[in-house]
Amino acid sequence: MRRSRRLWGAAAVVTTLSLVLAACGGGSSSSGSSGEVDPNGTFTVYGTEPQNTLIPTNTNELGGSKAVDAMFAELVAFKGDNAQPYNQMAESITTTDSKVFDIKIKQGWKFHDGTEVKAKNFVDAWNYGAYSPNGQINSTFFENIQGYDDVHPADDNAKPTTDKMSGLVVKGDYEFQVTLKAPFSVFATKIGYTAFAPLPDVFFKDPKAFAQHPIGNGPMKFVSRTPNVDIKLTRNDDYKGQDKVKFKDLDIKIYASQETAYQDLLSNKLDFIETLPPSALAGSKYKTDLKDNLVIGHLLGISTIAVPYYVPGYDNLDLRKAISMAIDRTQITKTVMNDTYVPADGYVSQGIEGYRPAVCEFCKFDPTAAKAAFAKSGFKGKLTIASNADGGRKEPLVAACNSIKNVLGVECDFVPATDFGQWRSIVTGHKLTGMGRSDWSADYPSIEDFLNPIYRSGASSNDSVYTNPAVDQLLEQADSTPDKDAAIKIYQQAEDAIAKDLPSIPVWDEKGVAAKSKHTKTVTLDFRRRADYSSVEVTK
Amino acid sequence: MIRYVLRRLLQLIPVFFGTTFLIYVLVWAVPGDPFSGKCGQTACPQAYVDLMTEKFHLNDNLILQYLKYLGSLFTGDWGETFNGTSVGELIATSYPITLRLALVAVLIEAVIGLTAGVLTGLRGKGFLDNLVLVSTTFLISLPVFVTAIVLQLVLGTELGIIDTSVSDNPGFGELIVPGIALGSLSMAYVARLTRTSIAENRHADYIRTAIAKGQPNSRVVGVHLLRNSVIPVLTFLGTDLGALMGGAIVTEGVFNINGLGGLIFRGIQNRESATVVGVVVLLVLVYLLMSLIVDLLYAVLDPRIRYD
Repeated sequence: MRRSRRLWGAAAVVTTLSLVLAACGGGSSSSGSSGEVDPNGTFTVYGTEPQNTLIPTNTNELGGSKAVDAMFAELVAFKGDNAQPYNQMAESITTTDSKVFDIKIKQGWKFHDGTEVKAKNFVDAWNYGAYSPNGQINSTFFENIQGYDDVHPADDNAKPTTDKMSGLVVKGDYEFQVTLKAPFSVFATKIGYTAFAPLPDVFFKDPKAFAQHPIGNGPMKFVSRTPNVDIKLTRNDDYKGQDKVKFKDLDIKIYASQETAYQDLLSNKLDFIETLPPSALAGSKYKTDLKDNLVIGHLLGISTIAVPYYVPGYDNLDLRKAISMAIDRTQITKTVMNDTYVPADGYVSQGIEGYRPAVCEFCKFDPTAAKAAFAKSGFKGKLTIASNADGGRKEPLVAACNSIKNVLGVECDFVPATDFGQWRSIVTGHKLTGMGRSDWSADYPSIEDFLNPIYRSGASSNDSVYTNPAVDQLLEQADSTPDKDAAIKIYQQAEDAIAKDLPSIPVWDEKGVAAKSKHTKTVTLDFRRRADYSSVEVTK
Repeated sequence: MIRYVLRRLLQLIPVFFGTTFLIYVLVWAVPGDPFSGKCGQTACPQAYVDLMTEKFHLNDNLILQYLKYLGSLFTGDWGETFNGTSVGELIATSYPITLRLALVAVLIEAVIGLTAGVLTGLRGKGFLDNLVLVSTTFLISLPVFVTAIVLQLVLGTELGIIDTSVSDNPGFGELIVPGIALGSLSMAYVARLTRTSIAENRHADYIRTAIAKGQPNSRVVGVHLLRNSVIPVLTFLGTDLGALMGGAIVTEGVFNINGLGGLIFRGIQNRESATVVGVVVLLVLVYLLMSLIVDLLYAVLDPRIRYD
């Protein structure tokens, strides 16, 4: 008895001492996790099975890009926390007219197979991506480049006459020139998108074999991939870029359900998940579950409700104003969306360069004005909002509908589509019978990416089938303005014009709520809903 | 006996073609463009759609598509997913895991279910009988996903006894809890079936005769009573192994087990028609095979069927 007490005493002294020592040593452990940073640690992230082959020109969704973006470095990269573009592989990008871009690349960068990255690797990769028989999913990203129509004819039945775009000219080992069809001032930002990565010579010999074992020039190297199980990458120690990683192995673990991944995260078997399952969001349970391990970012995206011009009765500005002012955005984002979104007040995402608050003057909740506008519109009948109902899409729209119903006293129904695929085919086939959800996430951080693809006449995602020649003209003018700040001013004018027409009703803007494990000391969520790997520090 | 086996084998052929055709049509004839949601908010480039349409023969009519699919199936080619992974390979890596899981589940339901059934069937009314009755009713009323998620949350997240998800290539030990979740429903049925069957046969003439002849109790129960009582249970267990391979969809989804159920789960989520068709065709084969084996076992257990 006595002896054991003495032992206890000794143990207590030792423990206290070691605790004090540990506290002194690990002085920087302020963010809730303790322990030293482990430069040879493994970072395990939630993953989904890539939809396409792991080639930059053929990857456009989150599952695949988590691996592809870590393996490849483009000319331009975006900072993880604020999405500011900076030159990565590019030494310089110069233009005088926004039409001809002279691009010099840095020397001494190597692909993972040891070959040097040269200007021709970019040109060859872009030509490959644009050439229509290759059927690359990102082919349309090259459409600004002169000669695109020769390698990718607009007519689906026509055969391309050549496989090289005339707008791409190699000027030397480390320099090439890009000529666009028309001036496009945002091109120097756009080339930071995944599809513009260089490809090594070995790719062109056997693309199929390459897809099984991709070789990039980025901060991480491919190790192995087991379909439906995981994708393993490891640090490229020869990497010269700014976005080096501070851990050794990346394990993208593929899950069938987010719920399970979330449980694994809570048990520290998984280090990062970029989105939370509905069960965790319900009643803001995630806040108590995660505490210090909650990661909040800001995604560059915006949710709107498109009001199609082709639906009879809806082509009515007063009705659109009435609907917009009848939606209580603050309440819905707080209660239904559990603080994971903020109310939207314009057509571009908050936090993007050129964003101004309150551009959409009818986006404020104003029941009296809404009622007045609705009476003026003379609308009779029922309002509907359609969307795919999965993935938590339904609840906020039902809430919006209820808000409209309560304020305007008009029937409002949510119309579900079975899944995202069916939903998009309804929208692109112009078969909407009422309003429809129209969300947009930026491919690259630019105000341009929120306007051109959605509100230009005939644009690829113009879900409302909106046309306004004045807007088209402003967008064209902004595209051809080489000075960035001047261009942004003109894009803002276009946004103002759109806000007057209200072709779609901005509703909310997603914060991006992610979660990390205890083993992860720091991690930032980037604007594309991915962990910014260069910000990650894992502890022992 | 041989004629019986032959007749059963011949019956498999039309069933195989009928079911696979139905599956193929149901999966590929889903209205809507399979590529409409693949490119986010923008439509996919036509060049990509064309390439994929040609690869999956989507321009042919459905009958021709099916025949082409069968043709490649008979040469051992299960097709490819949209991201270029061979479905055959996917199946090859995942079926052993599902088989392991299904075996664990069948073992659990057979051992626990049969024991509970035999005990309650022999004893008749009493505390044990009521206990089994209540607990099986409880299990039957719970859907598998509830059982699975509750087990995962309580044993995994809360108590930390098990891992919330299993590893890439799990051993039998890791599969016990998912196996319980998967087998719980059938376990309840097995217990009920056995109990009724035993209780009925306990008063049959041949049992009375066996007892009158002075056979030891263990032999009466073990050989005379069980052999006859187990026939309906065996039918159930046999087809259940097939059902478990498919029923694992939910359980494998919850515990992130990379088996056939997980494959279907993801295939449906991602609209990977090739995977879904491939796995379901395989499950049909398993089903057919299992019902064949059960029928043959029937013949072994009950001579009257054999000489039919």
